[in-house]
Amino acid sequence: MSQDSSGPAILVEGLTKAFGEVRALRGIDLAVPRGTVLGVLGPNGAGKTTAVRILTTLLRPDNGRAIVEGRDVVREAAAVRRLIGLSGQSAAIQEELTGRENLEIVGRLFHLSRAEARRRAVELLAQFDLTDAAGRAAKNFSGGMQRRLDLAASLVGRPKVLFLDEPTTGLDPRSRLGMWDIIRSLVAGGTTTLLTTQYLDEADELADEIVVIDHGLVIAAGTAEELKSRVGGDVLEFTVPDRSRISDAVAAVASIGEGEPHADKETGVVNVGVGGRGSDALVEAVRALDEVGVRTKGLALRRPSLDDVFLALTGHAAEDEKALTNGRRGRKRASKDTAKDAS
Amino acid sequence: MTAAIALRNATPDDPGLVVRSRWAIIDTLTITRRNLLVWTRVPAYLVFTVIQPVMFVLMFRYVFGGAIHVSGNRPYVDFLMPGILGQTAAFATFGTAIALAQELKKGVIDRLRSMPMARSAVLAGRLVADTGRMLVTVLIVVGVGYAVGFRFSNGAGPAVLMIVLAMVFGLSICLIAAFTGLAIGDEESVQAFGLIWLFPLTFLSSAFVPISSMPGWLQAFANNQPVTYVINTMRALAIGGPIEANLWKSIAWLAGIFIVFGPLAVRAYKRAS
Repeated sequence: MSQDSSGPAILVEGLTKAFGEVRALRGIDLAVPRGTVLGVLGPNGAGKTTAVRILTTLLRPDNGRAIVEGRDVVREAAAVRRLIGLSGQSAAIQEELTGRENLEIVGRLFHLSRAEARRRAVELLAQFDLTDAAGRAAKNFSGGMQRRLDLAASLVGRPKVLFLDEPTTGLDPRSRLGMWDIIRSLVAGGTTTLLTTQYLDEADELADEIVVIDHGLVIAAGTAEELKSRVGGDVLEFTVPDRSRISDAVAAVASIGEGEPHADKETGVVNVGVGGRGSDALVEAVRALDEVGVRTKGLALRRPSLDDVFLALTGHAAEDEKALTNGRRGRKRASKDTAKDAS
Repeated sequence: MTAAIALRNATPDDPGLVVRSRWAIIDTLTITRRNLLVWTRVPAYLVFTVIQPVMFVLMFRYVFGGAIHVSGNRPYVDFLMPGILGQTAAFATFGTAIALAQELKKGVIDRLRSMPMARSAVLAGRLVADTGRMLVTVLIVVGVGYAVGFRFSNGAGPAVLMIVLAMVFGLSICLIAAFTGLAIGDEESVQAFGLIWLFPLTFLSSAFVPISSMPGWLQAFANNQPVTYVINTMRALAIGGPIEANLWKSIAWLAGIFIVFGPLAVRAYKRAS
């Protein structure tokens, strides 16, 4: 029952959850300071949604504890529900009803009076640029509008902590940028937010702190910059048009990089972290590749993206489906395999 | 506005049974209103639930009815209508299973369960709304029955009781449907398998034909299954006849379904993810 207002808005310790054989969470720790955004980054099946479902009182953990605004999500579930808002992966709105009706009903379920519920609905519709669509059935909304309505519904009760479970999954790029703007303005208002995503740019764009989850464990945490520095500075990247020469190219640049080079056999893209050696490494790479007679395209030095971070941490790309299904073999094995594939 | 929010947040953690029950009822009514609103927005739902029984009335009254002989010198339509009404109430619950499966899949139930509303209200509101929907459908079919010659010939009181029995029967099926909808959780599967068991139960009963016209081995089943007891009781209430034995068996069966499937549906709802 600690009501310590200086403590973190979300505190998670040793959280585990198994579904039969599948260990969705294997001991997660998190702390989200008030008024900040935590980005929970991980591929499909990493355990992100399970964590959100526990934090929003929809699921009981097997072990460990989770505290939201000083309230235990298991023992004080009812109190937690008054403090949170949840916007899930799919738009949880009633499509046959209008935008306004959807929000009014949520307001009524938050025990606002009829007039309050109506006022709050109008206010949120305006805030989310849905006023024109207020009287239309939600099924006629675009995907982006439906998501905005869903997000609006999660804010009816003025939550202190907002959970956004993959808020832009399935949206077209334009709607996605629109959603980012909205989320940014929300967090600017001071709402503590936990955001899950499998998009690295999204976490980079919106989150103050990022934790990377893979197979139910936190494998890295920090700011986007800190995580990027884990890759070891700049990344040298080029494409080998002749796929049969990829292994030659990898061998040529292996001594230049700080870590092992990574090669994607399908796209022919090879990259390697080169630390702070920047243009020296670039020159050496050109020379080495020229020596073995491998033709390359788009040879360049770039700042590491979170994709590189993910690759460095897990040995597989965040959105690489094949690597994901093979990922059960364990991260170490997987990273060895990719190196072997490349050599 | 902020005052109202502050008030809400100031609600103590355990507001006591009376306050909680009051909110449970209010929340249930809100969900009921929402579900009925959805129903009126989709004319297809209304048409689907009403057209089907009306077609059955017309088909059995005018097509098959001539070939079906019922004992006594009653017109077949008097025999038929209580059967159709029982069937109508039972099949009106088709929407219950589908709607719950849909809401589960879309995350509506998750959203509602993460809110500080009464958790029982989602299921209760669904059942109340579907009962209302069932009543409207049953009354429309009674109207159609009257248009094709059916009459309640046993007085107004028993006629009302017959409708009440049809509703309780429908509600019991509704619980089974709620359970299957939540347990299966997939709209398409629910559509395909959710109520398929209801067809043999209604057709291999006394709903449309006298059981004495069936082969012996089938009679053994048809005579001893709950739909027959319920339809026989409804028929006795509507047009007169012996009622006692069927009434008690109906009550026993319906009570049994409520006792078994009520908790099962609640459990499926709690576990639903």
